[in-house]
Amino acid sequence: MSQKQEEENPAEETGEEKQDTQEKEGMLPERAEEAKLKAKYPSLGQKPGGSDFLMKRLQKGQKYFDSGDYNMAKAKMKNKQLPSAGPDKNLVTGDHIPTPQDLPQRKSSLVTSKLAGGQVE
Amino acid sequence: MFLKFSLRSVFYGAGGGNDIQWCFSQVKGAVDDDVAEDIISTVEFNHSGELLATGDKGGRVVIFQQEQENKIQSHSRGEYNVYSTFQSHEPEFDYLKSLEIEEKINKIRWLPQKNAAQFLLSTNDKTIKLWKISERDKRPEGYNLKEEDGRYRDPTTVTTLRVPVFRPMDLMVEASPRRIFANAHTYHINSISINSDYETYLSADDLRINLWHLEITDRSFNIVDIKPANMEELTEVITAAEFHPNSCNTFVYSSSKGTIRLCDMRASALCDRHSKLFEEPEDPSNRSFFSEIISSISDVKFSHSGRYMMTRDYLSVKIWDLNMENRPVETYQVHEYLRSKLCSLYENDCIFDKFECCWNGSDSVVMTGSYNNFFRMFDRNTKRDITLEASRENNKPRTVLKPRKVCASGKRKKDEISVDSLDFNKKILHTAWHPKENIIAVATTNNLYIFQDKVN
Repeated sequence: MSQKQEEENPAEETGEEKQDTQEKEGMLPERAEEAKLKAKYPSLGQKPGGSDFLMKRLQKGQKYFDSGDYNMAKAKMKNKQLPSAGPDKNLVTGDHIPTPQDLPQRKSSLVTSKLAGGQVE
Repeated sequence: MFLKFSLRSVFYGAGGGNDIQWCFSQVKGAVDDDVAEDIISTVEFNHSGELLATGDKGGRVVIFQQEQENKIQSHSRGEYNVYSTFQSHEPEFDYLKSLEIEEKINKIRWLPQKNAAQFLLSTNDKTIKLWKISERDKRPEGYNLKEEDGRYRDPTTVTTLRVPVFRPMDLMVEASPRRIFANAHTYHINSISINSDYETYLSADDLRINLWHLEITDRSFNIVDIKPANMEELTEVITAAEFHPNSCNTFVYSSSKGTIRLCDMRASALCDRHSKLFEEPEDPSNRSFFSEIISSISDVKFSHSGRYMMTRDYLSVKIWDLNMENRPVETYQVHEYLRSKLCSLYENDCIFDKFECCWNGSDSVVMTGSYNNFFRMFDRNTKRDITLEASRENNKPRTVLKPRKVCASGKRKKDEISVDSLDFNKKILHTAWHPKENIIAVATTNNLYIFQDKVN
């Protein structure tokens, strides 16, 4: 009885009622997913979505290479090899300085798009 | 007493599609190649629909032209064939900031045709370019001092004079950059939109929107700036922006928090204060870690009439009446079954995918993409929706596409696909609808599909 009353929304149009009930049904899976995520990554911030990922978005794809830093580090290391990026080349963290090897290869000369070549089916 | 009818059939489209029967027409691109440069990043018809432009990650633009209808064999509309292709943007390196600038074409927008040539704006993350595409089908012949192959004749051998004349030649389509609008964006450009005055346009990045005049490249006016004084206070970014199709003083921009702001350029020079704020109220008890991320609007498009606008967030498409700010007038679920997969979609970054959406010419049907190379259409009048697939398996011309169905949970019927079998690498982010006819262009990762409605 009480459950029915919960879902009785005095909506002006059925569209809204549909949406409301849909939201309620959808809420549980979303919360369950959130719990799953927090279990895997307990250090995830309290702030949902937060400015962390916004800042990452603003810096998307940027790679900084400073020749000054690079040469200073090389001098410090003397003959030792500079640590190169790990498997994930997109993340430059800590002491690691981007080296020329880390930067993506500049594309060589320009090839025509495959949309322009090839068969028309 | 309350009537509770089944919601699932409405939202999952079990009622069948709309009245158009879509048929495969063409597919372009490589079959097996997985080259990053080939990833299609934008698709756009021009104002007449005769031309269809695509941009890719490699900075290239390919323009297709619809061939004139063959009046005798009118069982299909004209096919789209390559008209022109050129390298619009190249990778650059900003030495001052030590950062690389991708050549990927984020958006293409056509100018309405004013003379024989066609013009379009294309943009990457930092620079907008105005391209002129013109045809050359005659060339001058009969020079006095030059041979036909261009070598100069010895003047002493010239004994008569003649007037050079233009003679027909094989059609050549040339693209040339007429304007380069650079150095106005610190952040990454996500949108460009041409004003209905056809003289100005806006470009939007994550935090700012600039207004340009098409003739002037060395300056632009900043009309929106949401950069906080302290970047630690950053809470939202601009995700898309568009000019109103009829009112030259009005534009909208959407945010990562699911809001849309409508601004009137007559109100002030800097439109930081919106005229209208469109936002659907959210029940705070429904909030989760994912709420803000999935509410982020990835695309905003005005209807052709200018009365409505459509927004796309991660799970739905919403239609807003410009006269009502507090909620959308229509909401269509694109792939609600993903709500119980948000954790893994966050882990593989798919939750940040930016889907676009588009209107048909009469504003009666809207379309958007999904995963597994599925795309969805919603008929606003009949309230019916359909899911179709862009796949080379269906590539017999004039074969009607079979509607697809995703089984969210429970028993999977024959021909249905379960959510766990969906290929999340096959995403349709970009679609376009011909402005006048039922012809659609759908971009999978590196292929372009053209579908048409069945013509009898």
